[in-house]
Amino acid sequence: MTKVSMTVNGKTVSGEVEGRTLLSAFLREGLRLTGTHVGCDTSQCGACVVHVDGRPVKSCTVFASDVAGSSVKTIEGMANADGSLGVIQQAFQDHHGLQCGFCTPGMVMSAAALLAETPKPTEQEVRHYLDGNICRCTGYHNIVKAVMAASGQDVSALAAE
Amino acid sequence: MPKDHGIGAATKRREDVRFLTGKGRYVDDINRFGQTYAVFLRSDVAHGRIKRLDTAAAAAMPGVLAILTGDDFKGMGGLITAWQVTDRHGKPQLEPRHPVLAEGMVRHVGEPIAAVIAETEAQARDAVEAIEIDIEALPAVVDMKAAVEAGSTQVHEGLGSNLCFDWGFIEANKAAVDAAFQTAHHVTTLELVNQRMIPNAMEPRAALAEYDSGTGQYTLTTTSQNPHVIRLVMGAFTLNIPEGKLHVISPDVGGGFGSKIMNYNEEACLTHAAKVVDRPVKWTATRSESFVTDAQGRDHVTKMQLALDKDGMFLAVRTETYANLGAYLRLFATVTPTYLHGPAAGGPYRTPLFYVNVKGVFTNTVPVDAYRGAGRPEGTYQLERLVDKAAREIGMDQAEIRRKNFVRPEEFPYQTPLAVVYDSGNYHATLDKVLEMSDYAGFEARRAASAKKGLLRGVGFSTWVEASGLAPSQLIGSLGARAGLYESATIRVNPTGGITVFTGTHSHGQGHETAFAQIVADQLGIDASLIEISHGDSDKTPFGMGTYGSRSAAVGGSAIFRATEKVIAKAKKFAAHLLEASEADIELADGQFTVAGTDKSIAWASVALAAYVPHNYPAGSMEPGLEETAFYDPSNFVYPAGAYVCEVEVDPATGKVEIAAFFAADDFGNVLNPMIVQGQQHGGIAQGIGQALMENGVYDDEGQLLSGSYMDYAMPRAEDLPMFAVDHSCITVCAHNPLGVKGCGEAGAIGSPPAVVNAVIDALHRGGHSHVTHIDMPVSPSRVWSAING
Repeated sequence: MTKVSMTVNGKTVSGEVEGRTLLSAFLREGLRLTGTHVGCDTSQCGACVVHVDGRPVKSCTVFASDVAGSSVKTIEGMANADGSLGVIQQAFQDHHGLQCGFCTPGMVMSAAALLAETPKPTEQEVRHYLDGNICRCTGYHNIVKAVMAASGQDVSALAAE
Repeated sequence: MPKDHGIGAATKRREDVRFLTGKGRYVDDINRFGQTYAVFLRSDVAHGRIKRLDTAAAAAMPGVLAILTGDDFKGMGGLITAWQVTDRHGKPQLEPRHPVLAEGMVRHVGEPIAAVIAETEAQARDAVEAIEIDIEALPAVVDMKAAVEAGSTQVHEGLGSNLCFDWGFIEANKAAVDAAFQTAHHVTTLELVNQRMIPNAMEPRAALAEYDSGTGQYTLTTTSQNPHVIRLVMGAFTLNIPEGKLHVISPDVGGGFGSKIMNYNEEACLTHAAKVVDRPVKWTATRSESFVTDAQGRDHVTKMQLALDKDGMFLAVRTETYANLGAYLRLFATVTPTYLHGPAAGGPYRTPLFYVNVKGVFTNTVPVDAYRGAGRPEGTYQLERLVDKAAREIGMDQAEIRRKNFVRPEEFPYQTPLAVVYDSGNYHATLDKVLEMSDYAGFEARRAASAKKGLLRGVGFSTWVEASGLAPSQLIGSLGARAGLYESATIRVNPTGGITVFTGTHSHGQGHETAFAQIVADQLGIDASLIEISHGDSDKTPFGMGTYGSRSAAVGGSAIFRATEKVIAKAKKFAAHLLEASEADIELADGQFTVAGTDKSIAWASVALAAYVPHNYPAGSMEPGLEETAFYDPSNFVYPAGAYVCEVEVDPATGKVEIAAFFAADDFGNVLNPMIVQGQQHGGIAQGIGQALMENGVYDDEGQLLSGSYMDYAMPRAEDLPMFAVDHSCITVCAHNPLGVKGCGEAGAIGSPPAVVNAVIDALHRGGHSHVTHIDMPVSPSRVWSAING
């Protein structure tokens, strides 16, 4: 067991981990931040995406000890300071971009990374960027809408409904 | 009526806040003091005899508390199936024992053999590796037709056959159907495969079992669509625990799609293990485990024929299907390919004669059960592919052949020849709507534009109807169901006027907490924020059957409506007393009770308080409290229907199919929340497109699942799908439930696969490849390219 320290959602945290402890396990079991989900064991589904030093990372594929000293942001850190939903979170609610909610934390974290890189993405750019996040409920339609709406674009004409 | 959160409002979902902030509570998020962990040893062969199972070394490993094997469950029951299918010769289905943990034999890859309970998951996993096991591999039978040939390997020795049932529907019609084919003007024949699907809810299954040795009370927290059903079947039939000693909780559940209906081996094993170690025990499936243990879907091979007269009217349909059941019968394994599948041969058409034969077959594969649509997608795919092929053969327009054969609007209620009565519908209206939405008239111009890019454009139709809203108990009982399928609700009015609704359904993505509150808010005229929805807990909610078969709104919503009516009736007694008026004169509107024709009124909350503060009741005449329960058992299924159009572009050089556009015009009756309904349409269509173009559960000849991870099983991703154009404005109100609603959850998955495949065939025909009459799903690039160049 080794001790690791990092910043998670702006707070300095530390804990004892084994060499094989994954970041996802450290967040979920060690810090009780259970918003980060694990949906597969092959780095495919993206439910576990968090930000490490501003970059989206699949936390099921990173050892906790490898991100010692880094700044980690999870879904629990995405709300506004007053506790209200952040812009992307609010857009997901407004456009029904989630159903069962299991893939949602990873989707929101990936969407945030996309909008940081590409403030006004096209529909195709959104779809391409989210290719590492699987959703079984929504058919992605409302997720794409939500992400584009969060970027400030008018999505009313995106599809006939 | 509250406009922004009553029935029909696109109310934003209240559950989203916790899901969007990481505060959802799924089973794996929950931990108990003193919790231990279970990891399973599973069979790595599809068929074998366990020659030796030695757990001594593993038991001595660090942290190991117990190791359970089949011997620990020998005196107990197995896992049961919920439906008794009687075959065409009057013989009951074959029901082999389905042990919790393997008893000497293994019959599919992934079958649990032993469970290690240890202090940590890593210790349990390490100890599983140390179990010494010697399995003598036996030949596996994977192919359904081979399985029923003489001399085939037997999945269950001693059962006598791999043929679970040979079902005829309706057997008495067989001779008349055969005669109709003798004299028909035209007969269209098609053979097709509806491939094995793997449901893949994004949350892997998980369970957390607790035992209180002081009271003998068990608590199982599990990923289930129906906690009461799990309590009943696991308690009564497997572990022999009376209901009062078994508490089953389904908290937030990350999708189900049918795969979380069934009671599973792991749930029973953990519940027992919690008593053995007298500590909480938790298990969370890896995705690799999910692939080989979650009930899989579909897997039919069908030969079918349609008889037509000279005008293109359908005379008769006959089908012969082999349905793969896998190695064991799960809960709805035998009803899914029979009574949920057979009636779909009728579709929205007036065809007078049907004969559906289904042979349910055991193989050495993962058990098959309900997957979104459960039988109806299989039947709809057969029929809509058959109609498509018939239209091509007789040279009739795809919309025209359907319109011509539809049940006419004035014929409802329509008694089908297949045991069910369609209570309401207007199939012409949805077809007209989808033709308008898709600009069918303008297709040729779009085809020409695609052709300029070197792409073959095609348009495919699917018009469908399903029997859903699973109930009614009397009918399903007569067809072999071993349970009723009503739904329950309790409305508890709290003393200050707030309400808690307890429903027997379960929400795992459907937004019940929002939509069900809309029903009650609408009836009472109060703010939806005063209404909480409680579900998923057998100790809180009345006995209910859970969520599947597009039943939650139609059956569960109706139970809520009825219970609320009872509450209103009692509340009016209090109001009448308080207003010193006759009960018959009391009216409820906008949360106020008023004496008709006067300005005397009293607010909802004041009446609620009076119900619980019985200071001023007439002596002996009123019972305090305001809480009512209703059980709702409808008189019929509901029959949602729709018309879908898909346009595809096929690249003839690569065989790649792109969905160019997808249009859905559905009739769901009245709609509780259009935003949620559209979300269900999108998701169902996406799953149907996934089946049509990408997904495939493939086993090799030895019974190894080749598509056992997301590296190998092609889940639809954002780039694989278009935006969908969906509509639900063509409403025929359900004639028999109080809300007038039909189901919407399965619609897209039922209607979309044939629309996609028909579009691909159409593209190839229009592109000069008319020798291609069928391509099996998934219509992958290699299959399309091979068909073009074959």
